[in-house]
Amino acid sequence: MMSTLARYGITRGLAATTAVFLACAGAAFAQGQGPIKIGSVLSITGAASFLGDPEAKTIEFYVEKINAAGGVLGRKLQLITYDDGSDAEKARTFSKRLIEQDKVDVLLGGSSTGTSMPVMPLAAEAQIPFISFGGAVGIIEPVQKWVFKTPHTDRMACEKIFVDMQSRKLTRLALISGAGGFDKSMRTECLNVAKKSGVEVIADENYGAGDTDMTAQLTKIKNTAGVQAVLNAGFGPGPAIVTRNFRQLGMTVPLYQSHGVGSKEFIKLAGAAAEGVRLPAAALLVAKDLPAKDPQRAVVVNYTREYEAKFKSEVSTFGGHAYDGLMLVVGALKSAKSSDKAKVRDALENTKGYMGTGGVVNMSPTDHLGLDLSAFRMLEVKGGNWTLVK
Amino acid sequence: MRQNFASPRVGGMVALALVIALLPVGLSNNYFYDVAILVGLNAIVCVGLNLLIGYAGQISLGHAGFYGLGAYGSAILSSRYGWPPLLSMLSATLVVAALAFVVGRPILRLKGHYLAMATLGLGVIIFMVIATEDKLTGGPDGMSVVAFKIGSFALREAQLWYWVVGALLLAAVWLALNLIDSPAGRALRALHGSEVGAEVLGIDAARHKLMVFVISAVFASVAGSLNAHFSGFITPSKVTFLHSIELVTMVVFGGMASTFGAVVGAAALTVLPQFLTVLKDYEMMVFGALMMGTMIFMPRGVVPSLARLFAPRRRPEGERKPGSEGAA
Repeated sequence: MMSTLARYGITRGLAATTAVFLACAGAAFAQGQGPIKIGSVLSITGAASFLGDPEAKTIEFYVEKINAAGGVLGRKLQLITYDDGSDAEKARTFSKRLIEQDKVDVLLGGSSTGTSMPVMPLAAEAQIPFISFGGAVGIIEPVQKWVFKTPHTDRMACEKIFVDMQSRKLTRLALISGAGGFDKSMRTECLNVAKKSGVEVIADENYGAGDTDMTAQLTKIKNTAGVQAVLNAGFGPGPAIVTRNFRQLGMTVPLYQSHGVGSKEFIKLAGAAAEGVRLPAAALLVAKDLPAKDPQRAVVVNYTREYEAKFKSEVSTFGGHAYDGLMLVVGALKSAKSSDKAKVRDALENTKGYMGTGGVVNMSPTDHLGLDLSAFRMLEVKGGNWTLVK
Repeated sequence: MRQNFASPRVGGMVALALVIALLPVGLSNNYFYDVAILVGLNAIVCVGLNLLIGYAGQISLGHAGFYGLGAYGSAILSSRYGWPPLLSMLSATLVVAALAFVVGRPILRLKGHYLAMATLGLGVIIFMVIATEDKLTGGPDGMSVVAFKIGSFALREAQLWYWVVGALLLAAVWLALNLIDSPAGRALRALHGSEVGAEVLGIDAARHKLMVFVISAVFASVAGSLNAHFSGFITPSKVTFLHSIELVTMVVFGGMASTFGAVVGAAALTVLPQFLTVLKDYEMMVFGALMMGTMIFMPRGVVPSLARLFAPRRRPEGERKPGSEGAA
């Protein structure tokens, strides 16, 4: 084992030395020839595979598509993907491998916040643009020079829900959240922005990761005087159980879910109880219902059609985040007219008016996400399907 | 007796030192250093765990918990409260040692499946505390950790880390080999063979089991602390039950009751996934097949099986472990 490693290393070392000489001889000339390398570390297996799987499929499919159409700047894209198994340490090691050994030009991914955070210092150190698909606002706040992200933040989801609550004249909220990273981060953000949005959180309940009954927590909320709406920050099967229990207890106040339940699976699990549930989500989920004049319609309908035709499974917003990440990079490469890392980064930061599956992206030196609240649509479950709230 | 042990102690140590000293020739970039450092850190945990599983014959399915406590203890004290990292690491180690001491006493009275369940439970409790106390630990998303500093000197370079971890691994192996060869070590092996028999001979089984439990927890804790500072980031995924299983697998794969087996097991299971990743979808299948093949054809683990193969006549007494398979 070790000797293989060593031998492999020696050849690499020789290759690297040769490469240094070559680079000295004609850096500019050598650089323009090869493919543009895109490195990606995604959670294709493990706990976060529901994020990483559609992301990996999307990126691979579109890189092929772009190459078939002649590549970018006359050069092919070369995609190198590693599976971190939803483990932050593996994400870090593989990112290091992409940077040090595969010498990629740009990093995509980190499917979750946990697998993105350890990559951020590496990207900064190696001065390489990094686009994360993690949800938490902590990835782009404070802004780091080399780090961008495509998914809406949990804070935006809270704000969107609070805006909707205000339009319905509801101000007293009960919060119920799960134990996952997403749940906890969203709960914190909602508590942070509640006051500013004129919403008062009067109950704050938690449930465990594997819980199959949330009646106890919901009963407590039901018995709290003055609750006007309930918000469930959660992911996976938890929210579906909350929704069922909520109806079983005969609760009638409006129930809000987070953007984390943005897949048909939720409606299937919750059944009839899901009727009337509202949640903020990207337009991707209601692609076909968007009015014809909606500027986002073309993008999301197109992506939905291509993804579903290729993989015979329904689109999720997660694959959409990966699509946006790849297209942002392609856009930046084109406007930078080079694969130079610093120039690509500057171009990414200057992205204006990119229409993606997540919304309109307008980056700036102080905003490495570039989405505003309009990127979220308020959806309501009606007749077992998502509908846009008018 | 002395003669037999001179070879793994002196010969093995020299071989390991040579490997550590010469490996950097092949490590052409920081990625290779990164993998080598992870190998070293995992090996330290496994050398400790092997004392418990391989020599004392006590199973632990909760060592990721100690690893995690070391990592988070050091991370929280240094990053949230601004303690010097070395002091944080030592404090975390002390806490882990105390916990292992307090919990170990009742837990180690259990045997077989019950001991496995109890250690598993301990690991799960530690995981839940770490994942839930998000104010301190950052919750399931993890937390960043400051670089390791001694005074004003910051340990950042992968090369430096490599030498530090290499030296610590040598120290850990040396400690383990000495312990095994001491009266305490012989007592451990005696109670592995038969606890009743050992007690009849006047060996305080409870005390010895507790001692080795605490030592293995300390090894795990130190490696955890170092890993946190080296990675600069730590998430609860390193504290899960699955990671405990991974550690036990490394020990069993390399060969129980063989200190160098633990090192080889850690190296193999850390490096293999890095190489097999090129197989994409088939990675897990090939990895599983390799593991199965090794356990079928080398049931005693890689190192003891190979050692036997190459020296069929000489059978060092230290390698003979009746019933060692049963402990897995």
